[in-house]
Amino acid sequence: MIGYTEKIRKRAKELLAEGKVEAFVGYRLGSVPLMNQPVLIKKPEDAEQLVWDSNCCLNLANYLTKRTEKIGIVANGCNSRNIVIHITENQIKREQLYILGIPCEGTLDHRAILRAMGGKELTSYVEEGDGFTVKANGLEKTFKKADFLRTNCKTCQHKNPVLYDELLGELVLENTNVDPFSDVRSIENLSSEKKWDFFKNLISKCLRCYACRNACPLCYCPTCFVDESKPQWVGKSIDPTDTMTFHILRAFHCAGRCTDCGACERVCPVAIPMRQFTKKLNKDAKELFNWEAGLSLDQRPLFDFYKPEDFNDFIY
Amino acid sequence: MSTPKVIKKEEWLNVLNGLRKSYKVFVPVKDGDIHLFKELKEGVKANFDYSNTRLSPKGIVYPQSERMFECPLEEGNEGAFILKESPKDFSPQVVVGIRPCDAHGFLIVKRNFDNPQYQDPWWVQRYQATTFIGLGCNEPCPTCFCNAVGDGPFGEQGLDIIMYDVSDSYVLKPVSERGKDLLSDLGGRDASGDEIKAAEDLKASATKKMSTSFNIEPLRSKTQLELFNAPYWEDVAFACINCGTCTYLCPTCWCFDIQDEVYKKYCDRIRNWDSCMFPLFTLHGSGHNPRDKKFQRVRQRFMHKLKYYVDKYGNGVQCSGCGRCVRYCPVNIDIREVCKLMCM
Repeated sequence: MIGYTEKIRKRAKELLAEGKVEAFVGYRLGSVPLMNQPVLIKKPEDAEQLVWDSNCCLNLANYLTKRTEKIGIVANGCNSRNIVIHITENQIKREQLYILGIPCEGTLDHRAILRAMGGKELTSYVEEGDGFTVKANGLEKTFKKADFLRTNCKTCQHKNPVLYDELLGELVLENTNVDPFSDVRSIENLSSEKKWDFFKNLISKCLRCYACRNACPLCYCPTCFVDESKPQWVGKSIDPTDTMTFHILRAFHCAGRCTDCGACERVCPVAIPMRQFTKKLNKDAKELFNWEAGLSLDQRPLFDFYKPEDFNDFIY
Repeated sequence: MSTPKVIKKEEWLNVLNGLRKSYKVFVPVKDGDIHLFKELKEGVKANFDYSNTRLSPKGIVYPQSERMFECPLEEGNEGAFILKESPKDFSPQVVVGIRPCDAHGFLIVKRNFDNPQYQDPWWVQRYQATTFIGLGCNEPCPTCFCNAVGDGPFGEQGLDIIMYDVSDSYVLKPVSERGKDLLSDLGGRDASGDEIKAAEDLKASATKKMSTSFNIEPLRSKTQLELFNAPYWEDVAFACINCGTCTYLCPTCWCFDIQDEVYKKYCDRIRNWDSCMFPLFTLHGSGHNPRDKKFQRVRQRFMHKLKYYVDKYGNGVQCSGCGRCVRYCPVNIDIREVCKLMCM
């Protein structure tokens, strides 16, 4: 994956210099290992900051909302699917974008890495081939990437970008025979009370910091319902009823739109497995409507068109 | 100050349980991958194998949500529509294992909640009811910079007792009158000269390990307007998602919002932590918001911590160097880097 860095820098620099784009959105290395930072590059010479490695976990489509200039962007599978959603939902125009497609081999679960390092803060991360080496105070370990992929990456079936202007590498083999929904099924099998307990437990540490919502490219409402004060739809304290209202409404607002990119889960400061809120909706969209979000510009979003043969068994 | 005491680690949990007779005792507890301060009670297991808790312990004195006042909303009900103070708990409490940076954080917050001009009655009473037993940092994290903001990995300010983790024991040194009294109740034997030496060595080696430079001196000579109008804020803010991670995890962020909530025929007036990252922060009743844009909110956070506070109180920055915002900002906006930019 790291081989993409040079290609991204070169192409971003050229695109900016040729005036094909006015700005370029990508990632740069952060000041802390594993924490890459989304960056907007405007000058060709600054393209040197761009990188691609296995820690490019935030969804860059989030940074395109309502921008007006011509923009270059790097996009792996999930980034590209959210770009498609942004275009079909009129948050950006296709002709504004120049997309450098990245066939993706999965990104890393930073919490799992820290766990494997005994919770010690890392001082360095170096990626090489299918492995990486991390250092912490007095500790150095080399791991295989495959053992530390984020759970959504492990079962990803859209590693290749679905929309691009040029591809920066050979397409990779997509996963087949993976079951992304085994965890959902185990929750489906619980009693109503147990299901409620499961979700109550999920939010028990929630701070209402809204990192999950704000990292999500789908959450672009000018004013989120939780931020409304006239009328006030939901209380702003950490009362569990209000916190649950936020989480459940947020999840439902992502129904038929979520690409399971995992940005929400990645950013949570108290490590709530956020995808548990949206995965059941993804499963239903797939099973009931044969729908996966953001695969094509030619399809309207799941919930803004109607077909007579749509699933309607829930209507009595 | 009286002689430091030594308590074996294997006896430590018993000592803490003993404290529960007279105090609410807050300890670090492992919860999944993170540590949080929780009240010690049946079924809660203290765990001192941590660098720091994910959230600072500021919530023990200043809860994230606190009911201030309440009243019934029924005509004819005596007291209807008249807010009365809600019952509050100011019973004695001890925070055990607080890191020096977080104890320092309380002193910073104190300048806002307890000063000659204003005293926040609840913050003050709860703070006065709290005793702090700190645990020095043998291994400061690479993102910590307490030493650069007027403290250190074994800093004593804001603490009543400081603990040194010396192999299989804790050496406890009282650093306030209150700490001295509490330590005599805790038991333990007097520390030997060797043990005191070992504790001092730990302090010296930890201080040496701290490498980060964080220097705000150049900021003092810059005017607020010069910094406010600087060209870099849009760039600094680009990656920011305007979440509350930095402010909520911070031991020194004190801003709050007051909300009235009605449930059936009852009203609660609640104080919640606020965050300058949020669009509701400083949204006026008129609908105007002086910090309508993301970069304005990001700028506010850094200007408050590194300039407004500095100019107003003349007592350092509004930051105790705990490094939480550096470690956990989901998009890696690093206050140390921003500070360098502001100093240039």
